[in-house]
Amino acid sequence: MAQVAAAEPELRRVIGDGETVADGEVDGLSEADLVALYRDLVLLRTYDERSVVYHRQGRIGTYAIFWNHEAMQAGAAFALGDDDWIFPSYRESAIGLLRGMPAETILSWWRGHPAGWWNPADYNVASISVPIATHVPHAAGLAWGKKLRGEDACAIAFFGDGATSEGAFHEGANFAAVMRAPLVLLCNNNGWAISTPLSAQTRAEALVDKAVGYGMPGTRVDGADVLAVYEATREAVERARGGEGPSFIEAVTYRTAPHATADDPRVYIDLERVEAEKKRECVGRYEGYLRRLGVLSDEAVEEIRGDAADVMRTGIGAAEAESPADIGLVFEHAYVDPPPSLAADLADLRRILGGSSG
Amino acid sequence: MAELTLVEAINDCFHTELERDENVMVLGQDVGRAGGVFRATAGLLDRFGADRCVDTPLAEAGILGSAVGLCMAGWRPVCEMQYDAFSYPALDQLITHVGRYHWRTGGRMTFPLTIRMPYGGGVRAPELHDDSPETYYVHTPGVKVAIPSTPADAKGLLAAAIRDPDPVVVFEPKLHYRTMRGDVPEGDYVVPLGQARIAREGSDLTLVAYGSMVPLSEQAADALAGEASVEVLDIRTLKPLDEEALLASAAKTGRVVIVQEAPRVAGFGAELAAILAEKAMLDLRGPVVRVTGFDVPYPYWQIEDAYMPSVERVVDAARRLLRF
Repeated sequence: MAQVAAAEPELRRVIGDGETVADGEVDGLSEADLVALYRDLVLLRTYDERSVVYHRQGRIGTYAIFWNHEAMQAGAAFALGDDDWIFPSYRESAIGLLRGMPAETILSWWRGHPAGWWNPADYNVASISVPIATHVPHAAGLAWGKKLRGEDACAIAFFGDGATSEGAFHEGANFAAVMRAPLVLLCNNNGWAISTPLSAQTRAEALVDKAVGYGMPGTRVDGADVLAVYEATREAVERARGGEGPSFIEAVTYRTAPHATADDPRVYIDLERVEAEKKRECVGRYEGYLRRLGVLSDEAVEEIRGDAADVMRTGIGAAEAESPADIGLVFEHAYVDPPPSLAADLADLRRILGGSSG
Repeated sequence: MAELTLVEAINDCFHTELERDENVMVLGQDVGRAGGVFRATAGLLDRFGADRCVDTPLAEAGILGSAVGLCMAGWRPVCEMQYDAFSYPALDQLITHVGRYHWRTGGRMTFPLTIRMPYGGGVRAPELHDDSPETYYVHTPGVKVAIPSTPADAKGLLAAAIRDPDPVVVFEPKLHYRTMRGDVPEGDYVVPLGQARIAREGSDLTLVAYGSMVPLSEQAADALAGEASVEVLDIRTLKPLDEEALLASAAKTGRVVIVQEAPRVAGFGAELAAILAEKAMLDLRGPVVRVTGFDVPYPYWQIEDAYMPSVERVVDAARRLLRF
């Protein structure tokens, strides 16, 4: 059995601060790549900020905010090939945007409309997992199943710090390790599971230490540093494709926004820390990095932000233009081949509603 | 036609189905090297290889959860839960994902997985090797449930489950794994889901049962010979349920006793009784009566026979109903 090195204790970082910490760089990324990654970050940021507004306007329902988590989502996704699968939690609800999914689809999901259903195989993006950590075994199974078929694809599962306390995380991680499944486990450690701090979640010094117990390498990165996340994911993907099995990445950040629109963190969170983190939020940090490199102009920033705003305008317009869902959809996809009682129930319901619901 | 025990019929089904469809794979604890603790999967590892008959970690939620992902990769996984009560850690996956994922994709992705497990008591085993958990499963939308009572049905229903486009759970009466023998068609053999079976024709009273309660009901019917002509209806598939067969038998005999091994409250027998109350009221000459396990933890095995529905209890219920 190969020895697994102890996890790296330090947070990996590429982006400096323009003052005392020098900028690093990631091999193999062209200027066009760097700007494309910025475009991804801005798209996610715009999606998130507009969604909070749409929620306040009553245009979408409860929404799980991911402000300042864009770097770990975009950075990790940028290291994947199109055939690689993404398994999001609700915190990564909009990650399909990076795979060409229309904003309308995701907004419809948050509007509770069946137009928010999608075929995972169309984007290689699994459905949003609402229960915590239960999608980790799915990602392990998909990755393992692809390997058994001789396909080159790997998978990434996103989950939070709280998820590491769940049995499903453990079973999924262990399964992936035993099957040497080509899987990347990306833990978004933002310090909070709603109001529960990490200190109440685990006695492990760092979540990445758990990797050793599964016999897989672990890397700890600054979760607000998109290039650090990208680089760590790229290494994990290379390892997965090389037949070496899964890896664990702990991306560390601090949750600066409420857990969701229904949450008020002022009663539990460290507000000074929130303000400090907001000053080093991930999109601004990367923008500063690109400007110092001289690859991002004001005009480009304007254009990229404008494009993202257009995506959202189009998306919410299309989502709101959806016809009300037919009540038949209450029954329609529960089974491929449904028990006869469902058709009888629907017919009865239509009779009572006088057929007015279509 | 070969005469096989119930567990041999299951093994025969696996050999047939893995040969027929290269996407079918089996995973579970001890299913490979050992061929399963009951030998239901014997010979599969040697014949089809370690990729299609997989010894997994001891992790029921991991088995079922990874099967969801395997479906996404195009496989048709058959998950073995080693014993009825050991399946409970997998209920989270069943309820939150297995029964919902097809729906969640708007019908665009299918999850043709099968879960199978030995169930039921009477085998003199330690605690939690004796449960009848079918209600937890049948209550879950998006999931179908079958329970065979004969070797032929054990093969045919499992084959139907494996070929079905929806997730199907098959409970196998472990009491009869080796004690029951019967003729089993060779090669391709499917018993369609949703079709009950009249195990015995009768005209005065119907015993409705599934799984290990079917042979017990047949013994009760024998014991009542001379007093009443008793029909035994084997439900076979709890979902989709063959309501037509249930209502037809009730209309024919006018008296129904439901025999169920699981605890009484909200058990599947309650569902059958409710259907009869809603749809067969005027056909019935007396109340629908249930003979069930009790609402207690399944007892230690020295006193388990007192818990299990017995011929005496079924006969007693039938006589009360006949006199009603």
